[in-house]
Amino acid sequence: MSTPLVELRNMSISFGGIKAVDDVSIDLFPGEVVGLLGHNGAGKSTLIKILSGAYRRDRGHIFINGEEAHISNPRDAKNFGIETIYQTLALADNVDAAANLYLGRELRTRWGTLDDAAMEAEARKVMGRLNPNFKRFKEPAKSLSGGQRQSVAIARAVLFNAKILIMDEPTAALGPQETQMVAELIHELKRQGLGIFLIDHDIHAVKALCDRAAVMKNGQLVGVVKVDDVTEDDLLGMIILGKQPDKAA
Amino acid sequence: MSKQGVSNAAPESRDSLLKRFIAATEIDTRMLGMVAALFAVWCAFDIYSGILRPNTGLFGGAFLTPRNLWTLLVQTSSIAVMSTGMVLIIVMRHIDLSIGSMLSLVAVAGAVLQVFILGPSIGVGHPVIWIAAILACLALGTFIGALNGFLTAYAQIPAFIVTLGGLIAYSGVAFLLAKGVTVAPMDKTFKIIGGGVPASWLGPFWSWALAIVVCVLIFLGIVGGRRQRQRFGFKLRPVWGEATLIAIGSAAVLGATAVLTSYPWPFGLIKQYAEENNIPIPAGVENPDGDAICMVGEKVVRCTEGLIYYTGFAVPVLIALGVGVVMTFIATRTRFGRYVYAIGGNPEAADLAGIDTKKMTVKVFALMGFLVGISAVIASARLDAATNALGQLNELFVIAAAVIGGTSLAGGIGTIYGAILGALMMQSIQSGMALLNLPAAFQNIVVGTVLVFAVYVDQFYRRRVK
Repeated sequence: MSTPLVELRNMSISFGGIKAVDDVSIDLFPGEVVGLLGHNGAGKSTLIKILSGAYRRDRGHIFINGEEAHISNPRDAKNFGIETIYQTLALADNVDAAANLYLGRELRTRWGTLDDAAMEAEARKVMGRLNPNFKRFKEPAKSLSGGQRQSVAIARAVLFNAKILIMDEPTAALGPQETQMVAELIHELKRQGLGIFLIDHDIHAVKALCDRAAVMKNGQLVGVVKVDDVTEDDLLGMIILGKQPDKAA
Repeated sequence: MSKQGVSNAAPESRDSLLKRFIAATEIDTRMLGMVAALFAVWCAFDIYSGILRPNTGLFGGAFLTPRNLWTLLVQTSSIAVMSTGMVLIIVMRHIDLSIGSMLSLVAVAGAVLQVFILGPSIGVGHPVIWIAAILACLALGTFIGALNGFLTAYAQIPAFIVTLGGLIAYSGVAFLLAKGVTVAPMDKTFKIIGGGVPASWLGPFWSWALAIVVCVLIFLGIVGGRRQRQRFGFKLRPVWGEATLIAIGSAAVLGATAVLTSYPWPFGLIKQYAEENNIPIPAGVENPDGDAICMVGEKVVRCTEGLIYYTGFAVPVLIALGVGVVMTFIATRTRFGRYVYAIGGNPEAADLAGIDTKKMTVKVFALMGFLVGISAVIASARLDAATNALGQLNELFVIAAAVIGGTSLAGGIGTIYGAILGALMMQSIQSGMALLNLPAAFQNIVVGTVLVFAVYVDQFYRRRVK
């Protein structure tokens, strides 16, 4: 098989004596969706935050396109085309959608000042593609609904041509219709050749959206399986008991 | 029931004029409220002082006179300058309690430099002195601010504690530096920044010239903004809305200029200026209520017709206005300002978006220190001296000004013009009560009450808007 887009090798991180992630290795190929499953506190989000630069690993190596990548803060991660959509919907509540979209990478005029009009125009274009019903560009993010906030967060990733997308429970705050919208978006991004890590509690969603699933328990990797090769019960067994399904993929 | 249905269905065109005006100009209703409250306070003081002792004010009192308004603006400038920086600090969810002591320390250091070091060594009045003193004040302020920021960001000590320590420690350093005495007098040119000498008054000609330039800039700014929105095909304000904005802005500028240029120099200064420059003083008829001077026989007396000069804008007021414009620009038009607000809104999101929040913290505190440096120059130049108590309690007035101006202590919300209006409000209440000869203790009670009440009103307003 070709070189993986991302390869996490022997990742470890501890917080005050607790091994939150313990020697986990995982890879991701272009156009692939890998689901990360596990209990609360299994270490999924922590693992992913190492890749997105929010945490610094204690041990382990990250390879992007086969080359070792040194990621020690969110800016490094973005330079490798890694975009993250967080569980907590990381938007600044007091600034508007366009400002959130461009946070950290503002467009500027030739005098170095913020070009709000240009940012708003771009925001309208991107959001028009993702969520045509979105009209509230000038209002602070606080006044947006969960789905609208999520579409802003996803638009951020799309706008900056992410190659690797990390989605941490992207549908946790959403209604059924908005969840469907996110699912379609994942399919679309996958077609465009992005690699996606999807963290989710919902086994149905993982079965439906992902190519492979990696299950974690107590900071360790239980196993990685192709979702088509296992049943939902197998996945449940891996999550709860930490045991490999009978016929390992 | 049915009646209600009818009124709900009423067409939008039946909205009140005020509502349509606000919609068309997109004016901040909070600011409108603050300006209205400020005018109400001014009028109340004028009416009440007029009842006690009739004067020449708009309502027969002593408050709405050119003299009082001119003094009010000069007195506000030092606090106003610092309050613009405090807005950004509080927006970023920090606080700076050390600025009062910092102001004393910086002012004393600047005074010691010009009085004890440069004066004796290169000669009193040498032009290097005032330039060096100002630069030293700005640099020292920036440095101390950056130190506050560094301890907050990298040593991760809460800003409240860092600056509480600073509040206590910096005034101690100021005391040692001044050796407990008042350091005076300041350099002649340095004093111009304080607004207390004729050289620091623009006079009618330059005041009007400046006012007209500002009006043209307002016009160009609004037209330019409209062009920009047109370029991207966004919704535009109605033309009459834009025209009203230009009209209101220009009227405010021209009105303020008219008031300030009708405040004459004090009697003694006109006389001194005329004598020093060999300007002939015309003969006339004595009138003890007049503002001009004239000769009756060999004596120089007050009269209505004679030699007169008007003050116009004073340098510290221009500095405060300039700082207000630059800080508004920084807060709303630059990446730095955008980051300050984003960090205040959600520090974690800002961090994850790749913003270096620690560096930003140092920068914001350094900016605060720089502004304290400016205020230290204004305050010591105005007093013509520096003491280790010069900035005492300034931190509280500055924080109060920012909060009255709508800055939320929860972070993320606050405007520069709000803080300047807040500073003006605080100073208005204080000097209004001084005008009524109320004891200082009573002034403190009222100022404290107004602060709490203003925050209550603000909370109420925000909840209703939500």
